Amino acid sequence: MSAAVVDQTAEPAEAPRLRRRRRVSPALWFVAPFGIAFALFFLVPIGYAVYQSLFKTTSSGLGLTAPTRSFVGLDNYGDALSSSDFRSSIGRVLVFGVIQVPIMIFAATVLALLLESGRTYFTRFFRVSYFLPYGVPGVIASLLWGFLYVPATSPIVDVLGHVGVHADFLSSSSILGSIVNIVTWEFAGYNMLILIAALQGIPGDLYEAARVDGAGPWRIAWHIKLPLLRPAIILSTVFTIIGTLQLFAEPLVLKPLTTAINSNYTPNLSAYNQAFSNDNYSLAAAQAVIVALIAFVLSFGFLRIVNRKGRRAW
Amino acid sequence: MVRRIDSGKLIATAFLVAFALYFLLPVVWVLIAATKNTSDLFGSFGLWFSHPDPIGNINHLFSAQGAIFPRWMLNSLIYSGVGALVATVLAAAAGYGLAKFPFRGRELVFSVVLGGVLVPTTVVSLPLYLLFSDIGLTNTYWAVLLPSIVSPFGVYLCRIYASESVPDELLEAARLDGAGELRIFFSVVARTMTPALVTVFLFQFIAIWNNYFLPLVMLSNQKLFPITLGLTQWNSQTYRDPGYYELVITGAAVSVILLCGAMVVLQRFWRGGLTAGSVKG
Repeated sequence: MSAAVVDQTAEPAEAPRLRRRRRVSPALWFVAPFGIAFALFFLVPIGYAVYQSLFKTTSSGLGLTAPTRSFVGLDNYGDALSSSDFRSSIGRVLVFGVIQVPIMIFAATVLALLLESGRTYFTRFFRVSYFLPYGVPGVIASLLWGFLYVPATSPIVDVLGHVGVHADFLSSSSILGSIVNIVTWEFAGYNMLILIAALQGIPGDLYEAARVDGAGPWRIAWHIKLPLLRPAIILSTVFTIIGTLQLFAEPLVLKPLTTAINSNYTPNLSAYNQAFSNDNYSLAAAQAVIVALIAFVLSFGFLRIVNRKGRRAW
Repeated sequence: MVRRIDSGKLIATAFLVAFALYFLLPVVWVLIAATKNTSDLFGSFGLWFSHPDPIGNINHLFSAQGAIFPRWMLNSLIYSGVGALVATVLAAAAGYGLAKFPFRGRELVFSVVLGGVLVPTTVVSLPLYLLFSDIGLTNTYWAVLLPSIVSPFGVYLCRIYASESVPDELLEAARLDGAGELRIFFSVVARTMTPALVTVFLFQFIAIWNNYFLPLVMLSNQKLFPITLGLTQWNSQTYRDPGYYELVITGAAVSVILLCGAMVVLQRFWRGGLTAGSVKG
């Protein structure tokens, strides 16, 4: 019987049998449209990527005969991981994440707490101006910051030059920091808004009780707001980790401006180039799957670590 | 009303001003740069005007290459508007279905969808390009629209919101009145869930508007490009013709004004639906 009711809690105990039978089909009606789209445009492509990563397409030297496709097991994964370019691109996004994630989450948390403290002027103006960059696409943000990094057009380099500082935002030693800056600029306000929403969900009588007990604004922030923000902070962190692993548009746009970025700068750039410059879709698929696996391991690893100490977050 | 000036408030506000300068710097720069000609772009100080001619630049932008820029704007609007609308309807129905109708395997379905939130877009977009090119869908509006109607995060938000804010009694009452399930959904449930739906729509709209990878792999016909793809293509021409700088910068300024305007107007809608999702834990 497919009409089995699994979840008793959502169902009033006196639900008559007749209605129980009827209930199953609406659920299907409601979930199916999304389910079909999700399967077609999400699950099938992922399955296809995995399938493709297990095959290799070889064409004869002259390209006169049709290319042949053969099952090679995990060979493509071996090829991907034995390439020092690909390994260093993974290392690069990991270093990038270690720098960028804490900076951005810290900035977002501080700004959210300040804006919701009720102890600032022009709060609405600040909230909008911090959130605004989220509406600027990553490529356009990178174009704009590119102009602000290139000495010929940059007012920042101009001003710093006048006070005797020679700034080079595009050298091989500074470029990673310059990309960290772009990504932080794009998403700090967005994460701030998520934290603000969480703060607004905290019942006001909690603060009232703390104030009656003699707690000042700092102690309220530290002992009440931050612990209650924990789930939202953790969620933001997970999304940021996944985002940094996918770094693509920013280095792609900055690439013509500097020799410090090559076509294998990040795993996604590498996969893109394998697919569209080298026509090696199998290797590209293997690289994409590796990025996905790393994203899963890091997200779940992070969730495990934070869940072990105390309450479950997600 | 006379208020005393609070020094703590002043210090906190000064701190916020510093951050505002940082966040607004590129926006201010591009708005000023969009009024300059190419030689002033390189020859004058970036944060002040020099021979401003915004109207001339905008005319140039909108008429260049057979008025392709307005077409890109329209494309961006179609992809984001239609994609987000369909995505919201699908997510609302699925979220409501998962919240209010217990069925076997419900938690499994929900977990798979949640896992979808964690999947990097390349893993989906690259193989999707190959599949779409097999059936001749690449280089069409569908190539960008179809993948954009799937929002796992939207389903997540809608489920949480539906189970908290749609009372079972309301559904029972509507059923006793003889309303069909679909009618209940579109008249009663959709109204109750409106704050969450607005949030899901806006999230998805921005996500599609900002998505670069998907249109990049799917489209090669300029006439189908969204703004992002068009501007980067112009940008790649600058090395051979510096005249393109003016187009890129004015185009970037126009798109920034468009979206920022929308953000400022819609900003207050972003709260309601989010609150339920992030506090619940």
